[in-house]
Amino acid sequence: MAEAEYIVELRDVTKRFPGVVALSHMHLAVKPGEIHGLIGENGAGKSTLIKVLTGVHMADEGEIYVNGEKMVFHNPNQSTAAGIACVYQELNIEKLLSVTDNIFINKWLKKGVLLDYEAMHVKAKEVMASLGQDIDPRKPAGTFGMGVQQMIEIAKAVLIDAKMIIMDEPTSSLGEREVEQLMRTCRELKSRGIGILFVSHKLEELFELCDRVTVIRDGEYIDTRDIGDWTNDSLITAMVGRTLENQFPKEFGEKGECMLKVEDLEIGGVLHGVSFEAYGGQILGLSGLVGAGRTEAVRAIFGADPLDGGKIFVHGKQMKLKSPKQAIAAGIALLTEDRKGSGLVLPESIRTNLILSSFKKHSDGLFLNEKRIEKNGQDKIDSLRIKTPSIDEVVGQLSGGNQQKVVIGKWLNAEADIYIFDEPTRGIDVGAKVEVYNVMNSLVKAGKCVIMISSEMPEILGMSDRVVVMRGGRVMATVDRDSKYFNQEDIMKAAWGGSLDDEN
Amino acid sequence: MTKTKKKSGGLQLGTILALVIMCAFLAITNKNFYNPSNIMSILKQTAFNAFLATGMLLCLITAGIDLSVGANAVFCACLMGALKEMGVNNGILLMLIAIVAGGVIGFINGTLLTRLHLPHPFVSTLGMKNVLWGLALVVTGSRMINNFPESVQFLGKQTIGGWGGGFPVGFIVVLVVYVVMHIFLSRTSLGRSIYCAGGNMEATRLSGINTANVLTFCYTMSGVMAALAGIYSIGRSGICNGANATQPYDTDAIAACIIGGASFTGGKGTMFGTMLGCLIIAVLRNGFTLLAIDSSVQNIVLGLVIIMAVLMDVIRAQMEAKRRRLAAGK
Repeated sequence: MAEAEYIVELRDVTKRFPGVVALSHMHLAVKPGEIHGLIGENGAGKSTLIKVLTGVHMADEGEIYVNGEKMVFHNPNQSTAAGIACVYQELNIEKLLSVTDNIFINKWLKKGVLLDYEAMHVKAKEVMASLGQDIDPRKPAGTFGMGVQQMIEIAKAVLIDAKMIIMDEPTSSLGEREVEQLMRTCRELKSRGIGILFVSHKLEELFELCDRVTVIRDGEYIDTRDIGDWTNDSLITAMVGRTLENQFPKEFGEKGECMLKVEDLEIGGVLHGVSFEAYGGQILGLSGLVGAGRTEAVRAIFGADPLDGGKIFVHGKQMKLKSPKQAIAAGIALLTEDRKGSGLVLPESIRTNLILSSFKKHSDGLFLNEKRIEKNGQDKIDSLRIKTPSIDEVVGQLSGGNQQKVVIGKWLNAEADIYIFDEPTRGIDVGAKVEVYNVMNSLVKAGKCVIMISSEMPEILGMSDRVVVMRGGRVMATVDRDSKYFNQEDIMKAAWGGSLDDEN
Repeated sequence: MTKTKKKSGGLQLGTILALVIMCAFLAITNKNFYNPSNIMSILKQTAFNAFLATGMLLCLITAGIDLSVGANAVFCACLMGALKEMGVNNGILLMLIAIVAGGVIGFINGTLLTRLHLPHPFVSTLGMKNVLWGLALVVTGSRMINNFPESVQFLGKQTIGGWGGGFPVGFIVVLVVYVVMHIFLSRTSLGRSIYCAGGNMEATRLSGINTANVLTFCYTMSGVMAALAGIYSIGRSGICNGANATQPYDTDAIAACIIGGASFTGGKGTMFGTMLGCLIIAVLRNGFTLLAIDSSVQNIVLGLVIIMAVLMDVIRAQMEAKRRRLAAGK
């Protein structure tokens, strides 16, 4: 078969989901024996791109070529058959089964009708050894570390003769040594002519390993260059280089007292000495990459997860918040990032969801006061402009933006002083976003304290009075709105592990 | 008034229809069916299951299950028997002890689940079922005990009026319990919390509701209801018998709830629907007896009815999901 220039190529691929264009005219071309970096901000469309390549999603428009041949993947099996394998960030390892079982899952070697374990063990040992892992394949996969488990995934790909292996954030859960081993393995695979699509958040890895790097942003293709033609700065600019239009109706409140102060928050392996302060009348932005520990920090403050150490002061008074119930009593509200998973009771009505955090205020003695619930609920529907046929509509039926407004309404009913919004505008349309911002504005103007976690730079810059930047469970920098560091590049730099000079 | 009613209105119409058709069929094929004494006998049979189903419903709404209700009822009855044999002849005291015992057992079930983090109530309550079965035999020395004080037998034995041998007091108590529980579930914040916990445990916890307490409450109530069922059973049969702990009482209670619109995935179910479910099962069992159908066949049919009820619930959920998907795609 004639060798095509590219082992896998995407041309003009567009993928839409209800209400969003996840990929728009996307391009990607991976050569045989090439390690190709893919980089973009959170939500840039990397996951969707991977899912289109692996046949999980079907592209709405555009073509996929494998070895120059046009392909249509209706399901993951077809993509696998074409020689595309993926090592996901979340490994698919059956920890209790042996390494051999894991490698040969669904492609067992057989002798007649029985499994031929002798042959499989030999082959498994051989494949693992070729990846630099001299281990006993009879042992349960769970007895090995993350690095080896990842190699088992790669071994699966090697075993099916994959032409291209996608590695999605492969180093995120590895130690330094394991990362080195992984890089050696990648180079080894490269020398066999296998193409690797290396998706990573870590610039230094891209520079060390990749031949070429493609940058995507907001679902669109930005640029592909040889690694020598990229610099740290040009990569970051390409990633975030959005123009800040006036989509952020920022209004300013009056800076009040320090409402929330946390000192040296510790969660083993997750948070390391996190300290920051948040003031009334201000929006504090928590910036950083996914996995920087921001969600973990606010969940711990809210009493949703246990802390291993540290102090929390609310209105200057030290508090031990052991449950969300206590946190709410102390005047804290947390709007979680996972609206459906932990924000709403989807099969229940708007009426019920709105009062979930304020049953007491809506009861007379033992009984719920339906009149008050209804009046208050209708007020919220009007003021937040929740589009619904009635207060009794099941929230599972509402659109993302309207669901988010119900969650906000629930927390407004709790009448807190400190509002923590975790990714409040994720997955909702532009109009609804502005309405969410307006809610924050009015809270701040009423003297409340707002803390906003956001992975979108423009949102952080557009709405925050102050920004705390986190990385790897640590606070990297605190930047005031009038500081010279209050810009995309510097905040990004801190989020990616760079240091800012100390004045801010 | 509230959406809960409107939401399940369509389904319950179907359930009512099923009950009516069954009754009509039995009335046509067997004239003994509408004999007043037979009707009263159906109500008596309904009452025992209705007590158990009350607690079961609470657990099912939280997406849990209580497989120990039947054994708990039998154990409570046996405990009363054992105490009576030891000379405790005050009926009121016996019943109080039974209710406390049932409640404590339920509380242990709930605590195992919430505070000791057993993975699923299936584990704790199934284990508890066997413990109670054994205990029921131990306290009675594997003997049946009779001659209970009249006050203990009142609930299961007393009737009012003369029609068909009199209307059973036990069923009146059941109706009162069901009305009270209906108001509790639909009009109080704890009642509403139970549905919310079943609909999304994490969201409910993060809204400041102590879900561990809510669940423990449900299992404790389930235990108390089982004790009432135990007291009722003494009045009906005049005896307590530890060997009954292996009877499929739990299955009947689960079936009644599911037929009445509850779901194993939680968040759903009403007292009204559960009452319909209890009536359907009682009529079904009664019909089998009238038509002289072998008890083994009874078991087969009841098993199939349960599977059908769950299957309908699953299909309903799938259709609902599809409808939403299509609506979202627009």
